[in-house]
Amino acid sequence: MSDAPDTGALASPSCPAPAEADRVTLAHGAGAGASARLFEERVWPAFANAALGARHDGAVLAAPADGARLAVTTDSFVVRPLFFPGGDIGRLAVHGTLNDLAMCGARPLALTCALVLEEGLPLATLSRVIASIGAAAAAAGVPVVTGDTKVVERGKGDGVYVNTTGVGAVPAGRSLLPARVAPGDALLVSGPLAEHGAAVLSVREDVGFEGAFASDCTWLGPLVETLLEAVPSVHCLRDPTRGGLGAALHEIAAAAGAEIELDEAALPVREPVAAACELLGIDPLFLASEGRFAAWLPEADAERALAVLRAHPDGAGAVRVGRVAAGRARVVVRSRMGTRRLLVLPSGDPLPRIC
Amino acid sequence: MKLVDEFRDPALARALAARVVARATRPWTVMEVCGGQTHAIVAHALDALVAERIALLHGPGCPVCVTPLETLDRAQRFALDGGGILCTFGDMLRVPGSAGDLFAARARGADVRVVYAPLDAARLAARTPERPVCFLAVGFETTAPAVAVAARWARQQRLDNFFLLVSHVRVPPALEAIAGAPDARVDAFLAAGHVCTVMGTAEYEPIARRFRKPIVATGFEPVDILHGLALAVEQLERGEARVEVQYERAVRPGGNPAARALVDEVFEVADRAWRGVGVLPRGGLVLRAAYAALDAERAFPALADVAVAESPECRAGEVLRGALRPPDCPAYGRRCTPEHPLGAPMVSSEGACAAYFRFRAAESAA
Repeated sequence: MSDAPDTGALASPSCPAPAEADRVTLAHGAGAGASARLFEERVWPAFANAALGARHDGAVLAAPADGARLAVTTDSFVVRPLFFPGGDIGRLAVHGTLNDLAMCGARPLALTCALVLEEGLPLATLSRVIASIGAAAAAAGVPVVTGDTKVVERGKGDGVYVNTTGVGAVPAGRSLLPARVAPGDALLVSGPLAEHGAAVLSVREDVGFEGAFASDCTWLGPLVETLLEAVPSVHCLRDPTRGGLGAALHEIAAAAGAEIELDEAALPVREPVAAACELLGIDPLFLASEGRFAAWLPEADAERALAVLRAHPDGAGAVRVGRVAAGRARVVVRSRMGTRRLLVLPSGDPLPRIC
Repeated sequence: MKLVDEFRDPALARALAARVVARATRPWTVMEVCGGQTHAIVAHALDALVAERIALLHGPGCPVCVTPLETLDRAQRFALDGGGILCTFGDMLRVPGSAGDLFAARARGADVRVVYAPLDAARLAARTPERPVCFLAVGFETTAPAVAVAARWARQQRLDNFFLLVSHVRVPPALEAIAGAPDARVDAFLAAGHVCTVMGTAEYEPIARRFRKPIVATGFEPVDILHGLALAVEQLERGEARVEVQYERAVRPGGNPAARALVDEVFEVADRAWRGVGVLPRGGLVLRAAYAALDAERAFPALADVAVAESPECRAGEVLRGALRPPDCPAYGRRCTPEHPLGAPMVSSEGACAAYFRFRAAESAA
């Protein structure tokens, strides 16, 4: 076992190694002077808002409008490398949680942010991550109202772990639920799949595809609002993050107790992603997207929904990829050959294969 | 995707399947040698398109599956006890050794890394001169040239911390063993196109003649496989037993001379044990004397000392010889799944059991 942590995530090879004073130390997590300085100098400027400005133990938020219900979601972000083509852990931590709110049909009200830092992390790297969180939250108009910072010993973390929790309001009358997915529903996806997974993989396992891909990491809120306002009959939304569309379909099929049939020829995968998957022996169905969603809605509204999605810049690549049928809870792929096969979940993360 | 989509064209595939069925005047049994072909067959349900006349048997062409348990155990031992870095292809991480897979070894503290190219492992050794780096070199003739490149580079760089745990295998001896077995049921072979891309087709000629079986060097896409089947069936119907190339866009009769020369410089042919099959005469490759310094087993004699324990329930050997279809194995899908594999064919992306499980599970999608 290596005693030294993989410093690839901690220091960029092109930068001179920072002095000890420019790195995170255990004192930054001890709650006293260094912690306070870290907050005032690096966190507050990026997140400044009224609730955080109260310097209280928690944030007190206004109740949502009459008839609206609250949605809450939380996610921890562990990604290597911290900065990848098209995004970074900070942007991902904001968009990932805001997108989960959007999948519930919720409009975001507030975010929390908890950081677990590894001793030795360059403070400049931390600042980049925090700035990215701040920028992504500000772009979505969502304040980071409370948070926490802990430091773990060197070798016990991967640089930075980020947890974000999101609170949002679901307008009265809106109900998006896996259990509402029913036979006769059409299945749409909002754009090309597997782009985030391919981008991260390309810089991770020394596969040498750098430059060819960028993560699709995007806040889906505006696209979802546009869709739901135009087509309120949508039954369910799901963003195919970890595990890709394949895993998402399995979850929904199980919750809905119905068969989902996927049309292999219709799956939108861009050429470079498809080629990389082909070379590495990885099925793009199981690679993550961070800026796409799948939508289930009555067949009668499918064409209108597609038109609405395609008219929005974040949904320009929307297509219909399948349907829901009565039957056992399972996912079936109609292959290009016209034959049918079951889609079985792989065990573990996709790994490049031998030949 | 160019050079892929054309070979997944449904109309062309259906026309070829119809040609196979139309030309066959009796049932024929054809074995596709390579695990990549098996996966394409099962994923696209190509066997269903020709089932009226053709029984497809799945061959031994999964390098991960035939890597001996001893080699896996030695790799684990290197990673756990030696303080070294073990590099290998992604498929190898989930293959069960006697005491769990390489993921389990990693959880116990072993430094195991996935590389896509063997040269990446040699480069890692150059970057970490204080630690031994070992590449677990498995594969058929297709991957041997890439390993030879790494070996030659390591020698040129005078690396003294780069090693190879070699378990390279050769296809022709396996075909001889299958064709010559007393219970042989195979009428024709679809040989692995990419192996022939490297090695050419000459070494298959004596096998086709001796055992009177057509051998068609075939590609990996649905259209390739159905075209290869059509060529094999047409030979059978004419009473011929020739070596023929379906995978013309990649295979030259002489193979790839540069790649062959590289392999020949680094490796020599030797008898080799195949997991589940046994020792095959001239069945694999070992490092030549000039490269013996890279041999992990020689540099770390302690690696020899492993106690091998194969699951008694696993019938991988029969599956690899085409004598048992994966779903007919009593353990399939019950005691043996990709999450909890008893043997390698349930793990690898090339393994026949995994192919069935992944695309068919325990039930039919029909």
